[in-house]
Amino acid sequence: MTEPLSFELSRPAVDPPRLPDADVSGPAPSDLLPKEALRAKPPGLPRLSEPEIMRHYSRLASMNYSISENFYPLGSCTMKYNPVVNETAASLPGFAGLHPYQDEDTVQGALELMWRLERALCAIVGVERVTLQPAAGAHGEWTALRMIRAYQHSKGEARTEVLVPDSAHGTNPASAALSGFQVVEVKSGHDGRISLADLESKLSPRTSALMLTNPNTLGLFEREILDIAELVHSTGAMLYYDGANLNAFMGICRPGDMGFDAVHMNLHKTFTPPHGGGGPGAGPVGVKAELVPFLPMPTVERTNGHLMLDHKRPQSIGRGRSFYGNFGMLVRAYTYILAMGGDGLSQASQDAVLSANYRRKLVEDDLEMPHDGPCMHEFVASANRLSHENGVRALDIAKALLDRDFYGPTVYFPLVVPEAIMVEPTETESKATLEAFARAIKDIVAQAKTNPQGLHDEPKNLPVGRLDDVAAARRINTYLQGQSEEPVLRWKAPSQSPG
Amino acid sequence: MLETIGVGSMNDLLVDIPQSLRLESLQLPDGLSEYETMAQVSALAGRNRVYPDRLTFRGGGVYRRFIPAAVAAVTSKPEFYTAYTPYQAEASQGTLQAIYEVQTLIAELTALDVSNASLYDGATAVAEAAMMAFVHTGRNEVLVSGYVHPEYVQVLRAFGEGRGIKVRKGGEPNKKTAAVIFQQPDFLGLLADPPALTAAAHAAGALAIACVDPISLAILAPPGEYGADIAVGEGQQLGLPPSYGGPHVGFIACRRELVRRLPGRIVGEAHDASGRRGYALVLAAREQHIRREKATSNICTNHSLCALAASVYLTYMGPYGLRQVAEVSFRRAHALAERLAALPGWEMAFPERQFVSEFPMRVPKAPAVVKKFARKGILGGLDVHRWFRELKGVLTFTCTEVNDARALDELVAALE
Repeated sequence: MTEPLSFELSRPAVDPPRLPDADVSGPAPSDLLPKEALRAKPPGLPRLSEPEIMRHYSRLASMNYSISENFYPLGSCTMKYNPVVNETAASLPGFAGLHPYQDEDTVQGALELMWRLERALCAIVGVERVTLQPAAGAHGEWTALRMIRAYQHSKGEARTEVLVPDSAHGTNPASAALSGFQVVEVKSGHDGRISLADLESKLSPRTSALMLTNPNTLGLFEREILDIAELVHSTGAMLYYDGANLNAFMGICRPGDMGFDAVHMNLHKTFTPPHGGGGPGAGPVGVKAELVPFLPMPTVERTNGHLMLDHKRPQSIGRGRSFYGNFGMLVRAYTYILAMGGDGLSQASQDAVLSANYRRKLVEDDLEMPHDGPCMHEFVASANRLSHENGVRALDIAKALLDRDFYGPTVYFPLVVPEAIMVEPTETESKATLEAFARAIKDIVAQAKTNPQGLHDEPKNLPVGRLDDVAAARRINTYLQGQSEEPVLRWKAPSQSPG
Repeated sequence: MLETIGVGSMNDLLVDIPQSLRLESLQLPDGLSEYETMAQVSALAGRNRVYPDRLTFRGGGVYRRFIPAAVAAVTSKPEFYTAYTPYQAEASQGTLQAIYEVQTLIAELTALDVSNASLYDGATAVAEAAMMAFVHTGRNEVLVSGYVHPEYVQVLRAFGEGRGIKVRKGGEPNKKTAAVIFQQPDFLGLLADPPALTAAAHAAGALAIACVDPISLAILAPPGEYGADIAVGEGQQLGLPPSYGGPHVGFIACRRELVRRLPGRIVGEAHDASGRRGYALVLAAREQHIRREKATSNICTNHSLCALAASVYLTYMGPYGLRQVAEVSFRRAHALAERLAALPGWEMAFPERQFVSEFPMRVPKAPAVVKKFARKGILGGLDVHRWFRELKGVLTFTCTEVNDARALDELVAALE
């Protein structure tokens, strides 16, 4: 089953939708603007009737896997269920209808929500203040590193290096480079945790910060976190927390207490705004007192019950985006926190850890577990042996799961585990779902030993089979080098692309 | 479950966490029922003042427009809004094809070769484009020409500082200039001269970056036609509510030669073993999860769901619906400008300049005027003096297809 593109469904006979007329006597563009300023030919948008549009998107929707349909085992992504009440809250006209340049007196409820969300996040991660401005986790990383740089700069220090563990998310080194730092990699020890000896050897007066997530991307808690913090701080560097794994310990412990100076949070992971097929998200950043003057502007301030946006922050790093953040996502996260409460959030994290350990136990005879448990909210297994003995790789397992009504887990990450399979069940999956997933894994591993070839051909039950990335890349190259007019990265009317 | 795992208690699973770090509980109130939750959230929403669409004449980068019901009907499908980033292409064809259509729509609107899957917003799109130019030319200065949205320039400066890119406002490009950035129409609503700016950029060996209003592209010459190398912009007007400034969606499109420097996700066409056509994330060698510190950008999410809204909007409008919307806005804005300029003491701030659907007026006692509007339930002009010292007493007004003829009358009557 495939669906034509909207451009291919387009019919020139379709009338445009009925829209308001001008009803005033103003001039038309062609009355005032010179010909060369005007568009000569209308843009090539499709022409479809509303029923055709609705059916097109309904068919596309049916070709999508989603959390509302079934479970995503994606490690590091925290794909928990998205409560529908969040959507109701964000679409209230009192929120969705607000213009960002309304006077402060008319948006006190919105500012109050932001203020309360900030207080709640401060309580959850143990920091002084939070900026809600970053649009995503990676954006939050950049924001925090800019603040650290500005703080150190204000003390007359020119620190140029950021340390990043070899197991870190790819956004960590990319954000560090974007913020003007050189990236120095810190190795993991054989227990999967950061090597203190290697860390010590990489720390220097040049070190600005260590970026760390805890539990790390292997789902393991860095037991020596207090020693790590002391070591980093003793050189005058700061400790940055990648909040991708925050779902592991709400109400159990806090990054602020571990010694982290800046913490980003992926609201769309831990606090249930939906992922939207790849965004929008929200990536607030919490900081300790030293970094507060450097927060992006504006901040939300409250005096005598009146809320205001503070744009006069002389030491601020400036702005990371327009306006005040992805406000609609903030409404969803606040709604979730209100509904869950402190008790519910603590329970959620405990259940997430319990689910991950249970799931890990169920498949430990089928896949290799390169590190000893217990794990926190996720675990990393390896298909290394299956790959060597049966030629069935982590990717094959992910693809075979698609045919068994599950999404594939995160594979080949973290890079320190060969044939890595990273699974994060989250607290919103039932015991029965966890067991069904484990049965699917067992089934695939059994087949790997009897009919490995069959697994290479999966998935078979989806709108398309495995797509040939190599052939696609070759066609894209040919196009980018100007040797073909077949664009591959967009549709083009056949008549427009001769040959 | 604990028994299967082989431990006695939950605490046995948390042994790696040092005792000194363990919390008793979170300092937050206990949870609430859905009813109580919504009561509290609704109370907060109720403390905000929502101006009716038709009486909103304030723009400045965010606009009230008619949003077809089809947009929310599509974006509220859980198959779209609760899906993850489409890593497993075979199970994500809906999202991937929708993004491929978005890329085509943006390429068509801007008349450029290739668009990415979307960015966070217009401001970060400008900053990302500047970084493309910085890497492409090896030069470290970008020139901002005219009244580019002040918040976009602030974001550009903040991003630029990290990469060692200097932002210069005004003047001519020279051999240090990586890009000339202009906005069409600009923050005040005025039209620039893009062919001249583009030519000047190219003569200096710099790239031309056009920050454009997507609705205006139904009537104005598109960036690809006047030779711009990169077009960026904010897509909020394409079916998204103002939502106090976000989430909205940025877009970026460029010439073929620059595609490898594009940030973010890009979807391409691919085929399976039996020749069926499908779509997948491509050109990943630019991205952070492969290239780490050498990536073109750190961006990982796009604003997929907002881009989907824009896609439904543009498909609903089609080429002629979009032109109708742009023309109605144009006519109404010009009719309003004429009436306001006739008021005693009011005048066009830049009478020699053309505009599309937003325009600056110099008015006596601007702050009092804005308050007067508010008392009548009108979200009146935007006082731009807070960003530009030289624009004391200047308010910008915007008109779209939601501001009917009677709303225009009400706006003028409010001043009498």
